[in-house]
Amino acid sequence: MSDTTQYCTFWVGGLFLGIDVLKVQEVLRPQPTTRVPLSAPTIRGLLNLRGQIVTAIDLRRKLALPERGNAEPPMNVIIRTDEGPVSLDVDEIGDVVELHADDRERPPDTVRDERRELVTHVYKLADKLMLVLDTDKAVSN
Amino acid sequence: MGMDNDNLQQQLIKELLIEGFDGLERFDQQLVALEEGTADDSTLNTIFRVIHTIKGTAGCIGLQKIASVAHVGENLLSLLRDGDLSTSEALIDVLLEYSDALKEMLRTLESTGEQGEKDYTPLLDRLHHLQEPGAAPSSGTNEHAPAAKDQPQPAAETDEASWGIFADEGDAPGAKPQPADQKSADGEAWGIFAEEGSQPTQAPAVKATAKHSHSSNSAAGGEPKQPAAATGHGSVAETAIRVDVGQLDRLMNLVGELVLARNQIVQVTSNARSMDATLGQASQRLNIITTELQEAVMKTRMQPIENVWGKFPRIVRDVAHDLGKQVNLVMEGKSTELDRTIIEAIRDPLTHIIRNAIDHGIETPEVRRKAGKSETGTLILRAFHEGGLVIIEIMDDGGGINVARVKQKAVEKALITAEAAARMADRDAFDLIFLPGFSTAEKITNVSGRGVGMDVVKSNVERIGGSVDISSELGNGTTLRIKIPLTLAIIPALVVTAGGERFAIPQVSLLELVRLEGDNARRGIESLYGSPVYRLRGKLLPVAYLHRDLGLEPPAGADPDVVNIVVVQADGRQFGLVVDEVNDTEEIVVKPLSKQLRGVPCYAGATIMGDGRVALILDVLGFAHHTRIISETLDHTTAVDKETTRDAGARQTLLLFRDGEGDRMAIPLSLVARLEEFPRERIERCADHQVVQYRERIMPLVRLSELLPGWPASAHAAEQDPLRVVVHADGERCVGLVVDQIEDIVEECFTVQEEDARPGVLGSAVIHKHVTTLLDLNALFGHKAASSGATS
Repeated sequence: MSDTTQYCTFWVGGLFLGIDVLKVQEVLRPQPTTRVPLSAPTIRGLLNLRGQIVTAIDLRRKLALPERGNAEPPMNVIIRTDEGPVSLDVDEIGDVVELHADDRERPPDTVRDERRELVTHVYKLADKLMLVLDTDKAVSN
Repeated sequence: MGMDNDNLQQQLIKELLIEGFDGLERFDQQLVALEEGTADDSTLNTIFRVIHTIKGTAGCIGLQKIASVAHVGENLLSLLRDGDLSTSEALIDVLLEYSDALKEMLRTLESTGEQGEKDYTPLLDRLHHLQEPGAAPSSGTNEHAPAAKDQPQPAAETDEASWGIFADEGDAPGAKPQPADQKSADGEAWGIFAEEGSQPTQAPAVKATAKHSHSSNSAAGGEPKQPAAATGHGSVAETAIRVDVGQLDRLMNLVGELVLARNQIVQVTSNARSMDATLGQASQRLNIITTELQEAVMKTRMQPIENVWGKFPRIVRDVAHDLGKQVNLVMEGKSTELDRTIIEAIRDPLTHIIRNAIDHGIETPEVRRKAGKSETGTLILRAFHEGGLVIIEIMDDGGGINVARVKQKAVEKALITAEAAARMADRDAFDLIFLPGFSTAEKITNVSGRGVGMDVVKSNVERIGGSVDISSELGNGTTLRIKIPLTLAIIPALVVTAGGERFAIPQVSLLELVRLEGDNARRGIESLYGSPVYRLRGKLLPVAYLHRDLGLEPPAGADPDVVNIVVVQADGRQFGLVVDEVNDTEEIVVKPLSKQLRGVPCYAGATIMGDGRVALILDVLGFAHHTRIISETLDHTTAVDKETTRDAGARQTLLLFRDGEGDRMAIPLSLVARLEEFPRERIERCADHQVVQYRERIMPLVRLSELLPGWPASAHAAEQDPLRVVVHADGERCVGLVVDQIEDIVEECFTVQEEDARPGVLGSAVIHKHVTTLLDLNALFGHKAASSGATS
C-alpha cells in the first residue's frame, strides 16, 4: 500500500481540495487579521501564530473563485514552506482521507488556466472530485 | 548506526567550515601584517596553526584533496616560521592566492558537500617552487621539500605521533633556531647534543631534533603548536563556546514573544481595579526580569565590529596594490559592539566606501610626493558609541573632494542644472555624490567608478535606520561618518492609526508631532498645485495622508476639528504624515515580512502589539519614494534644510511661551519632556503645593511667580482652564511649569545679553523680532524639584 497518500481536505468556493497531510502544520479557527495595504489582492493579511507573523493567502482569489463576501470568516490551513508557515484561507475543513495513486489523473485541459496551474492532480472519489493543490504555486506570487 | 556516522561526519564538516573560514580570515590579516612589518612573534604561529588545523581536520574526515592542498602550504609556512625562508611580496602574493584557493574549496564543500573538481596544481607547483633552494636564498633545509613531495597525503595519526615526539623533546617555548646555526650544523650532530642536553645552545638543538624526527617520520607537516600560544588559547576555549547563530536568533525571537506577553500581562494587571497584591507583585517582577533577559540576550548577539573589519587589511592591500598606491590602514575601536544583523548590513557599504577611498581619495605616491605629503596614504577606520548609536568614521588623507569637478559632473549627467550648481554651497555639493548615477572617476577601474556606488551605500545604511555624512577638504582628505542604531531587533516606535489600521513608525525617523485643532485643523493644510502642504514654523512642509496613500478608506466619523501630523525625516528631508490618531510610543519587536510581501515598498516589517494583533512597521523612506513626496520636493527642501543646518553650531531650538504680564520667555526645547493641558478639576493640593496625577505619579505644578522672586503673578492665573503645562523631567521626577500661553517652537541663532541675568534667568535675546527672556530651567527646577520631592 505504498502508493497511497493522506490528504487534508477542505472546501473553497464549492471546490473540494486536498493537500498532502505532511505539508500541513495545523488548522486554525478564524483569526484576527491585519490588512496589508498595497499588497497583492490575493493576500488577505497577517496573523499572529504564537508570536510568529504569518501571511494569509485568500485561496478564493488565488483560484479565481467568487468573493467570499460577508459570510463566515475563513478557516486557516497553516502549511509549512521553506520560508516558514503560510496560511491558506479556506471556507470549511473536511476529513483527512487516504487515497490511492490509481484513482488520480492530471486535470483535463478544459479547466481554466489559473485553476489548472494550481492543481497537480484530480482524484475521482465515489461522489465527487478532489483537486490536489500545488502548495508551492499557491504561496508564490 | 550509519545514520549516526553521517551525522558525525556532517558535524565534523561543519566544524571544519567554521574553523576554516574563521581561520583563513585571520590568516589573511596576519599575512598582511607580515608584509607591512607590523607582525609580532605570534603572527607566523597563527598563520601556521590555521593551515595545520585545516589539514588535520580535513584529513581526519577523509577530505584528502583539501588536506593535501593544505599540506603543501603548511610545509612552506613551517620554513617561514622557522626562519628558513624570508618573506617577500611574491611569497605573500602566492600565500594569499593559496588562502583564496582553500576558501574556494571550503565554499564548494559547503554548497555541494564535495571537494570540487578544480585543479590547483599550478598554484601548488609555485608553492613547491618557493620552498626549493635558490627560490628562497635563506633556506638551509633541503630535505624538507623532497620529503613533502614524496608524501602529499598526510595522515592525521602520523601527525599526532610526531606531536608526541615533540612534546617529549622540546617543551621550551622559545625554541627557535637561528638560520645561521642551522646552516653550520648537520642534523645528526645536533641530535647528539640534544641527547646530552648540557650545552648552552640547547634550544636550537631541541628544535633541530624535532625537525630531524619529522623528516625521518616523513610527516614533514606535523609541526606542533607553540606551547605558550596553546595555553593562551586554552583559557579562551574554556570560557567561550561556539553557538549556532540560528540558535541565538531563536532565542531572540522567544524573548521578543516574552516581551509581548509581558506587555499584555502588565497591561491587564495595571487595569484591574481590585487586583490581588501578589499578582501585582509577580507581574512587576516579571516585568523587571523580562527587561533584564531582553538586555542579556541582546548582548549575546552583539559582535565586535572587528568581525567586519577583519577582512579590510586584505582588501586595502589588494586594492592599493592593483592601483599602484601605498596605503596604511589604521583601525580604532575594533571592539565596538553591534547587533549581528547590523554587522551583516554594514559589511557591503563599508567595503564599498573603503574601496572608494583608496580609488578616488588617496593619490598615487608621485602625486602625494608633489603635494608634499608622505608617499603612503593613511586610511583611518574609527568606531565608537555615542548616544545610543554607533558612529563609524572612515577618514583618508587623500586629495579630498573637488567641489568644482563634482558640480561639473552633476551638471553633465543632468542631475542638477548649471544654475543650481552655481548657487550650491560646498557642503551641498558633497551630497551630490550620493545621487544615483553619479561617479566622478575619470576612468572606470575595476575597483569602483561604475556609477553604482555611494547612492547604494547611502540607501543601505538608511535601510537599517542609519545616516551618512560627508565632509572633505580639498587636498587634505575626506571623512565619511556613518551613524547606525545598536540593534534592529527591538526598536522604539510610535504607534499611529490610519484608515482603521495601526502602524508603527520607527523613532529614528520621527522628528515631532503636530496637532491642529479647530480652525487650524480645517485650514492648516493648504494645497500647492494639488499637493498638500503645511506651514511648519513658517516653512512649507509637504504632507501626505497616510490612509489615502496606502489605499485605505478614511475612518468613519473622523473629527474634522483635529488633525494629527507626524513629522518624519527620510533621506535628510522632512515631510508630514497625517494620521487619524497618535497612540503611544512602544518598544516593538521587528519581524520580517514573508516573501509574498517583500515587493511592497512601504513596510520595514511587522510587529505584534500588546493585544496580540499584528501591526505593520512603516518604512518611512520607502513610503516617501512610493508617494514621491521626496523627489517632488527635492530641490526646495534640500535648499531649506541646508540653510538651517549650515550654522547649526550656534543654533538652538527653543520653546516660546508667555506668562506674567505678557512677557515672552524661552527655554531650550531639549529640557522639555512634553507639553500638556490639564482641566482645572484635575488639579489637587498636596502639602501646600498644586499637584496633578500624571502618568501614575504625582507631579507638582509650579508657576514662575513662585520660582522667581518679584515675578508678577499671571493676570489670567485665576480663570485659566485648562492649565497649560510645560513638563520638565529630571530622571524619574517630573515638574510641571504652568504658563499662560504656549507660543511656538523655533530654531534660532541668537546672542544672549546678560545685563538682567540673575538666578533662574540667563539673560535676554531678540528672538523672532521680539525681546525674550531666557530662563535657566535647571536652576529654577533644581531648587524646586528638590524641595517638592519630599512632599510627593
